[in-house]
Amino acid sequence: MTTTSPVKRSAAMIASIADPGVPTTPAPFGHALADLAARDDRIVGLTADLSKYTDMHVFAAAHPDRYFEMGMAEQLMVGAAAGMAAVGLIPFATTYSVFATRRAYDFLCLDAAEPGLNVNVVAALPGLTTGYGPSHQATEDVAILRGMPDLTIFDPADAVDVEAIVPAAAALDGPTYTRLLRGQVPRILDRYDYTFEVGKAKVVRPGDDVVIVSSGLMTMRALLAAEKLSEEHGVETSVVHCATLKPFDEETVVAQLDTDRLALTAENHTVVGGLFEAVAGALVKRGVGKRVHPIGLPDAFLDAGALPTLHEKYGLSTDAVVARVLNGLRRPHSYS
Amino acid sequence: MAAVTQELGLDAARTRRVADSAFEIRMGVLEQGEAQGEGYVGQALGIADVLAAVYCDKLRHRPEDPDWDGRDRFLLSIGHYALASYAALAAAGVIPRAELQTYAADGSRLPMSGMKTYTPGMEISGGSLGHGLGQAVGMALGLRLQGRADQLVYNLLSDGELNEGSTWEAAMSAAHWNLGNLVALVDLNGLQADGRTDDILRMDAQEDRWSSFGWHVQRIDGNDLEAVLTALDVATDQAVAHGRPHVILCDTVLAKGVPILEAKDKLHFLRVAAEEWPTAKEQLTAGYEENSR
Repeated sequence: MTTTSPVKRSAAMIASIADPGVPTTPAPFGHALADLAARDDRIVGLTADLSKYTDMHVFAAAHPDRYFEMGMAEQLMVGAAAGMAAVGLIPFATTYSVFATRRAYDFLCLDAAEPGLNVNVVAALPGLTTGYGPSHQATEDVAILRGMPDLTIFDPADAVDVEAIVPAAAALDGPTYTRLLRGQVPRILDRYDYTFEVGKAKVVRPGDDVVIVSSGLMTMRALLAAEKLSEEHGVETSVVHCATLKPFDEETVVAQLDTDRLALTAENHTVVGGLFEAVAGALVKRGVGKRVHPIGLPDAFLDAGALPTLHEKYGLSTDAVVARVLNGLRRPHSYS
Repeated sequence: MAAVTQELGLDAARTRRVADSAFEIRMGVLEQGEAQGEGYVGQALGIADVLAAVYCDKLRHRPEDPDWDGRDRFLLSIGHYALASYAALAAAGVIPRAELQTYAADGSRLPMSGMKTYTPGMEISGGSLGHGLGQAVGMALGLRLQGRADQLVYNLLSDGELNEGSTWEAAMSAAHWNLGNLVALVDLNGLQADGRTDDILRMDAQEDRWSSFGWHVQRIDGNDLEAVLTALDVATDQAVAHGRPHVILCDTVLAKGVPILEAKDKLHFLRVAAEEWPTAKEQLTAGYEENSR
């Protein structure tokens, strides 16, 4: 950032992650939860003073009797959600990813995961989805949570995933953590032959030259990059989407990587402790020696600023993904 | 207290029966302590009267069916008091008394820190302090939402546990949601791991703290069975779906009922020589028989 550049509006909290031309769906989580609750009276919603910012307000308006504003008290919210699950309800509790993970970890672990309760934490602003700075950028949320036994971790790519994950999470007996995309959420997976399944990685797009194993919003970026690479460079890229990060579908991912194609991972998360390391562990365990180029956030506290600027800077933009693939094709043995 | 006792119909037979249970719980605590040679025996002996009143008189539950959906909930957030809970569960008939011998042993259902997943009748996995009251808030809210606010939620906390800020988040929340179906019991024994509670993080003016948060407060001698039963009666008689949550602040004496242990220095985690356990049991029995006369 330089002082002479024109000021970009940071729109820190409400920045959209949609690329130009990608349609969006408003508040898919809130609507999906409200719809599910209309069919299942065990569904309850909680938030820690962030209903409007986590799309919980849609549920609150539809089912005010089953909506609980718990105040700015994340430890309490998660503990209370566990208490509700213990008496037979199915709670969905929302806050930002930083607060759910950094602040309420012990409560999710001991109150919900250890007893195996159906507590569903739905956390907005995962990874780098706000320009607000390190207080709100949950660059390590998956790294924090991956070691928690019995927790299922979802990283939806778009509104299609979000809408499928809500009923799937409710149907699972144990606790879940979902990296929520909220607000105007891109909708892209319905262009492909794709169905969400808990615990399954899916080949969303085939391709003979390159394979990108991705999760979350980086699946959207990978798909858009794959289209560009095909149209502009004649490079065919396969995209393997991991909507469930834990348990991790090692079998599918390793099978897709154990080829001669250039391989990359793409995640909206630090390269420490997230998708890349899950992939690396799966490969090593099976004795597959394969160079994988990680696309992800650096192991650092990131800048504040406008989200598009930051995605460009840290390599999460569609163009940055295209550049990494082309660079990898030119120099397949380089690493960074 | 006598007048209140009479008014509430607190009869001698009831008190006697609960006193018998308290003795049984204390003896069960000593048996578990002896099996391991050490443990949180002081706290367990101190809280035995409260647990006897809860498990053997007040709590609505079915010992033969600990998962009965219509039960009251009793949450032990202070997981290290588990041996007291196990002895109470045995006294109430939820687990076999002989099982107390397995306390903290490999493969036992009775781990040193109380866990929902190990032991019938344990409602939460405690041990990390400051977790119980938040879960109690959720249960009380959930039961009320389901039209079951007559099923009460109890949470046993300790004064050391009040250091944890999450407890006060939950205290605010219980009052905010008017959880009149929630009863918190706080063991004020004045000691925590590093020393006296007053020296570590001052927790004075307990009545004022809870009262200012919007709770209905009673403070009692937690080793006076009539006082314990009376306070519980007041709380449960006033329990409603929407009203002030109840807290009973219980001053207790560590290792109560066993003079040889009461006199020890390091009461937070007691190590007792093998030859002292028979003496401890004799003292407990002697004191009980004297009070029974």
